[in-house]
Amino acid sequence: MKKNKINLTEEEVIAGGVAADGCGGNGAAEENAVTDENAGKYVLRIENLQKSFGDHEVLKDISFDVHRGDVISVIGPSGSGKSTMLRCINLLEEPTGGRILYHGTDITDKSVKLTEYRAKAGMVFQAFNLFNNMTALNNCVKPQMIVLKRSKEEATLIAREYLEKVGMSAYINARPAQLSGGQKQRIAIARALSMNPEVILFDEPTSALDPEMVGEVLSVMRDLAGSGLTMIVVTHEMSFARDVSNRVIFMDGGVIVEEGTPENIFGSPKVQRTKEFLSRVLGENNG
Amino acid sequence: MSTFDWIFKLLGEYWALFLKGTGYTLIMSIVGTLIGFVIGIGVAIVRTIPVKASANGFQKAAMKVVNFILSAYVEIIRGTPMLVQALLLHYGFLSKMDKPLLSAFIIISLNTGAYMAEIVRGGIISIDKGQFEGSQAIGMTHFQTMFHVVLPQAVRNIMPSIGNEFVVNIKDSSILSVISITELMFMAKSAGGSYFQFIPAYLICAVIYFILTFTVTRLLRILEKKMDGKKNYTVFGSQSDPDAEIHVKEKA
Repeated sequence: MKKNKINLTEEEVIAGGVAADGCGGNGAAEENAVTDENAGKYVLRIENLQKSFGDHEVLKDISFDVHRGDVISVIGPSGSGKSTMLRCINLLEEPTGGRILYHGTDITDKSVKLTEYRAKAGMVFQAFNLFNNMTALNNCVKPQMIVLKRSKEEATLIAREYLEKVGMSAYINARPAQLSGGQKQRIAIARALSMNPEVILFDEPTSALDPEMVGEVLSVMRDLAGSGLTMIVVTHEMSFARDVSNRVIFMDGGVIVEEGTPENIFGSPKVQRTKEFLSRVLGENNG
Repeated sequence: MSTFDWIFKLLGEYWALFLKGTGYTLIMSIVGTLIGFVIGIGVAIVRTIPVKASANGFQKAAMKVVNFILSAYVEIIRGTPMLVQALLLHYGFLSKMDKPLLSAFIIISLNTGAYMAEIVRGGIISIDKGQFEGSQAIGMTHFQTMFHVVLPQAVRNIMPSIGNEFVVNIKDSSILSVISITELMFMAKSAGGSYFQFIPAYLICAVIYFILTFTVTRLLRILEKKMDGKKNYTVFGSQSDPDAEIHVKEKA
């Protein structure tokens, strides 16, 4: 991945770095290596995140760190708050409690410029949400020009690079309505990548796809994970969670029930609820 | 002389009047529709600004006041006849200026603006929520979202209603003869009055109105087609030939 420009003041970055060092990191040079020594380099830190809709408490006290290069899969039954949590991280939903630290800066604070942060935290939706009035290419070019103020030439170059990466360069002048679901989702991924984000949030990216199109999107996501991109993926694709991610979070009832490496979660889950969920889901998949 | 003969006689003698009247009618309806459209978009954008739950009391109060003023504008204009508005505004407030055409522009624009505000708001509401979320999530502000993503789609969807407003303006601008605008209806009355032959004069006037409105509807239909964009697209490169271009046509 390209080195990202960070739109924060220097002090804020340093503050983030100091806090990070305090967490035990020694600033290891390898960006892609995801080891405990790397723990200090967190991109995002979710602290006691809470979200209620009226009286209905959807998220109760969610906390976890996202380190550079992490591929985190969030799994759990429907209604467990997975998507709400992801939407809170991008502030599409306003958290009702807790903090979200981005390089040490609390982005739930009102003085933080949201648009700058959002450009750094890309999002891929279940329903694609491509701009219907633009061609595939412009879907990737225009946001760069509007939000990052890049020139048209520069933006086009970057957009073409990522459209190529997701295997969609043949369709650059097609409109969303003319493409299949899998093609749309790959363009949505290219659009997110074109902003050079530090982390991309995937909200059930394959749930709205026909079965034969799931593969093409997952393979793009596999490649991205391999390239060292930081990703948080809410998914029902257990094979992706098991094989591609380096951490798995199991959520139920608005809390993180269990968290660990894919080997731990899938191989030897400790909590009864995790065991039940996995046996149900994996059983269905195998049967 | 038959009505038919009178029509030709009036046209022969007063064609310049009818032409001038048509000119005024057209200019008023064009200006009114365009400015009204801009007003409508402005009002609709402001009225759709999302107020965050965490916004402070001042922001919330300011939005409430602005929204109240805007909905008062929409309701009052829509709830009173344009004839009354024209008389009140021109003779009541703008009489000192004594510029009937300017008064006419203001009245017809304000009037159209109130209707357009609701039409545009309807257009914005009809756009899928995902379009807003996609724009927000990528870092666009409310105004950027509106101008680059939502309005281009919303305006396309409300084109038939905008056309309606245009047609209504062409016809309803006849009301503005009460503030001595020499538009088509006014001219028809004067032409007919000179020989006391009103029916032939009104017939001419009706035909001209119909030609105007019919042309406008056709033109807008063409514009709509243009806004829909190309029906086909090109796929660059095939499996065997990277330089191939495959032109794909949309299914009917």
